[in-house]
Amino acid sequence: MLKKIRLTFAIIFWVLITWLLLDFTGTAQAYLGWMAKIQFIPALLALNIGALLFVVTLTLLLGRIYCSVICPLGVMQDFIAWLRRKKNKYNFSPAKNTLRYTVLVIACASLALGVAWLGGLIFPYSTYGRIVSTIFAPLYKLANNGLAAISEHYDSYAFYEVEVWLKSVAALIIALLTLGIIAVLAWKNGRTWCNTICPVGTLLGLISKQSFLKINIDADKCKNCHKCERNCKAACIDLDTHTVDYSRCVVCGNCLDECKFDALKLTSSPSTPSSCSQKADEGRRAVLTGVALLAGTAIAKAQAKVEPKTTDGGLADIVKKKKTRREKLITPPGSLSIRNLRSHCTACQLCIDACPNDVLRPSSSLDRFMQPEVSFEKGYCRPECTRCSEVCPTSAIHPVTVEQRTAIQVGHAVWTRDLCVPVKDEKPCGLCARKCPAGAIQMVPLHAGVHQDGWRWRDADGQEIPRDKVLLIPVINEEKCIGCGACENLCPSSPISAIYVEGHEVHKEI
Amino acid sequence: MKDITRRDFLKVSGTAAATTALASCGIKDDNADGEVDYMGHHDGPVPTDKMTYRTNPKQGDKVSLLGYGWMRLPNTKDEDGRDIIDQEQVNRLCKYALDHGVNYFDTSPAYCRGKSEESLGIALEASGYKRSDYFIATKMSNFSPSQYEFEEGKAMFERSLEYLKTDYIDYLLLHSIGGGGMNPVHQRYLDNGLLDWLVEQREAGRIRNLGFSFHGDVAVFDWAMAHHEEYHWDFVQIQANYVDWNNEEDKGRSGKYLYDELVKRKIPVVIMEPLLGGRLSKVPDHVVAHFKQRKPEDSVASWAFRYIGSKPAVLTVLSGMTYMEHLEDNLRTYSPLEPLTEEEQQWLEGETATLIKSYPTIDCNDCNYCMPCPYGLNIPAIFVHYNKCVNKGNVPESQQAANYAKARRAFLIGYDRSVPKLRQANHCIQCRECIPHCPQQIDIPREMQRIDSFVEKLKQGTL
Repeated sequence: MLKKIRLTFAIIFWVLITWLLLDFTGTAQAYLGWMAKIQFIPALLALNIGALLFVVTLTLLLGRIYCSVICPLGVMQDFIAWLRRKKNKYNFSPAKNTLRYTVLVIACASLALGVAWLGGLIFPYSTYGRIVSTIFAPLYKLANNGLAAISEHYDSYAFYEVEVWLKSVAALIIALLTLGIIAVLAWKNGRTWCNTICPVGTLLGLISKQSFLKINIDADKCKNCHKCERNCKAACIDLDTHTVDYSRCVVCGNCLDECKFDALKLTSSPSTPSSCSQKADEGRRAVLTGVALLAGTAIAKAQAKVEPKTTDGGLADIVKKKKTRREKLITPPGSLSIRNLRSHCTACQLCIDACPNDVLRPSSSLDRFMQPEVSFEKGYCRPECTRCSEVCPTSAIHPVTVEQRTAIQVGHAVWTRDLCVPVKDEKPCGLCARKCPAGAIQMVPLHAGVHQDGWRWRDADGQEIPRDKVLLIPVINEEKCIGCGACENLCPSSPISAIYVEGHEVHKEI
Repeated sequence: MKDITRRDFLKVSGTAAATTALASCGIKDDNADGEVDYMGHHDGPVPTDKMTYRTNPKQGDKVSLLGYGWMRLPNTKDEDGRDIIDQEQVNRLCKYALDHGVNYFDTSPAYCRGKSEESLGIALEASGYKRSDYFIATKMSNFSPSQYEFEEGKAMFERSLEYLKTDYIDYLLLHSIGGGGMNPVHQRYLDNGLLDWLVEQREAGRIRNLGFSFHGDVAVFDWAMAHHEEYHWDFVQIQANYVDWNNEEDKGRSGKYLYDELVKRKIPVVIMEPLLGGRLSKVPDHVVAHFKQRKPEDSVASWAFRYIGSKPAVLTVLSGMTYMEHLEDNLRTYSPLEPLTEEEQQWLEGETATLIKSYPTIDCNDCNYCMPCPYGLNIPAIFVHYNKCVNKGNVPESQQAANYAKARRAFLIGYDRSVPKLRQANHCIQCRECIPHCPQQIDIPREMQRIDSFVEKLKQGTL
């Protein structure tokens, strides 16, 4: 019974949180954003006291049920182990405490020292996020594009196409490696990762030792068949001593189901002959589990070049933009500063996957490995979009409104004279000035002495110049520029834009 | 019984067939081969010998009323994913047209990325018809200043003969005069002596008829009419349709003005863009109902063809038929032509034209003359998408519009589907290179800015 309830909740959580990570339309975020926010490390980094209290209370009450239900990486391992349809495949093994606590200390240090990505390599939520965002999200999007093609065929707007591109080779390799290691460990030994590497598992293990309800073995009833031990994926039941290592037990309920002699029970104290009838006891446990889980849910809710044109039709080739080299990194609005992002982001990739403008991608720089950085080759940070700030569970990117977002200066535009169309091709342009949402770009005459006389343009000698022959160049008011990259993205100069954005270390409001 | 029109006949026989079909339903089948013609009368075989012909008095050419415009050819993709002409399908269309009485083919060195003439040459040769069975019209399409030299023009004509596998052109046109006023006419044809040379070629028999096509500034048309005595235009190609017939704002667009001037001088008229690039067939649903209520079996397009074909001085009506179904429909309309009644004509020029003009579409005929845009935009695709949304009611005026959410989604998703992101209106740098190329005188850069600002408002939710 307990196992069934646990399993139901686990599947619901796992499916929904996976969808949250896969979804690119923003629909899931509106309903399920809280699921990412109650994850332990994100809650810790965001100083989300409510969520932290909920997880700690839950663990004090029921043990590490968090690892069996709420943690998507944990449930994924159960799923992999379940795929290997074999009974009695596990054995008790002693805890590798030196390794566990060493890893925990290193992980804590990485947070304290402000290099959150290092811990992020093994934190469960960010690991799972990375696996889903970099390996499965592209497949999900390809499937969506198939549906979009079909719906286009029927002239329906139910699905729309999205671009699928490899955002970072490094992130993909890391994700494949962690998935590979975790999958092999889960296939062979169940919860090895959770009980030796995962710092959240270790930490909650310390708490769960004190939990109110625990699995207790009634040595009198036990016939030493070892069935419970052989089916404990946490390898934490030592039947020779009839003890359970509560720091590793994830309260999955497998042992309870396996025992034919009713020797194992989830009770508040070491086994003594029960005063209640067995049925009532079971019922109470089930209700308790359900209520605890539901309560948890409630808390959490709180450019181009062509020959002269002589024929008609056809499309000019488009030269794709190259990645801009920047002196300073740009970080998304709401991230406050490079330092804040670096110390709070666990590199779960949720924002990168959610960015509808293809602006965010994982950094390959070592001091902020796989954390999001901004670049404008494929799109720009659109004024109406606040998606990354909505999805971030760790407060690495703080929630911002559309109004706030358009007033946050994350960088400023820089002009490169030699690449600019009016200079290089002697053609009028001004696209950057027209498209600047902040009104930070003005067009001024390229040549000295050219000036406006009423509606007319005149050169230094007072000769009139036809309007479409006046060459104007962009000048930037750095005080007004918010660094959104519209100018850089839309600049007709390609592969390198004539205007690009340099990031600011600390954002400011203008 | 002889006076009965094709349509009347078909209607009668169709009704009879339908009655037979009903009577036999579920009992037995009278047809020997067991097939019943459920398609009714309208989709019966396209007649092969009923085409209406008009005679060009000059040399007695009997020209089919339906002419084939070799500009909107079906495309397929090459290995690099670029559009290339689907020559196999083009050959089929050409043969089918010839088999059903079409004998006038209109091409240009500029059409279809410069591949149209070559494609027509191949298709005509493959059809198996003799050179004397059809008429070829092509043009002096020297649009780029780099082609204004006399030698360039001469070479262009010689290349046309080569591509078309012939040693004479039946109808040669100065391509699209009128855009940008008289200046381009001087530069392209007069100052370099090219027009005089073309007149000589006519005398030598290498050009059988010399004329011009006109779009735009009516002063250029008037100049050409005033010099008729000098050049003896054998024919003139104009754009005319029921929507613009009585255009009073712009004489250059008024079919009536241009047509009457030509009739006055007994110059045969060739009609181009009878459907305005599909804008007179892809109309909003309730305009479709407006047409279908009068003649449920006839296509919307057929009205435009019947309208202009009913003008007696029209030699041929060109249609750029991309699909076999377009060709079949047009063949039916002109095999033979059922002339408009006086009342039908007034109905088209009056309430129908007013109804169509009440939709604020952009005057783009999707002719691709503006392309390629040097900055990679797909200008016609942007206009086609915009017009489609206008006609479907997906261009909301404000967020208060009843269907705002649905229309917004349809406009934005459809935009990304019809035009790749890098070819959308927000990439227009306003270089204005397209402006002289547009036969419809659309201020393309301004429209690009207008559409882009509409898109921005939809995206930002500030409409």
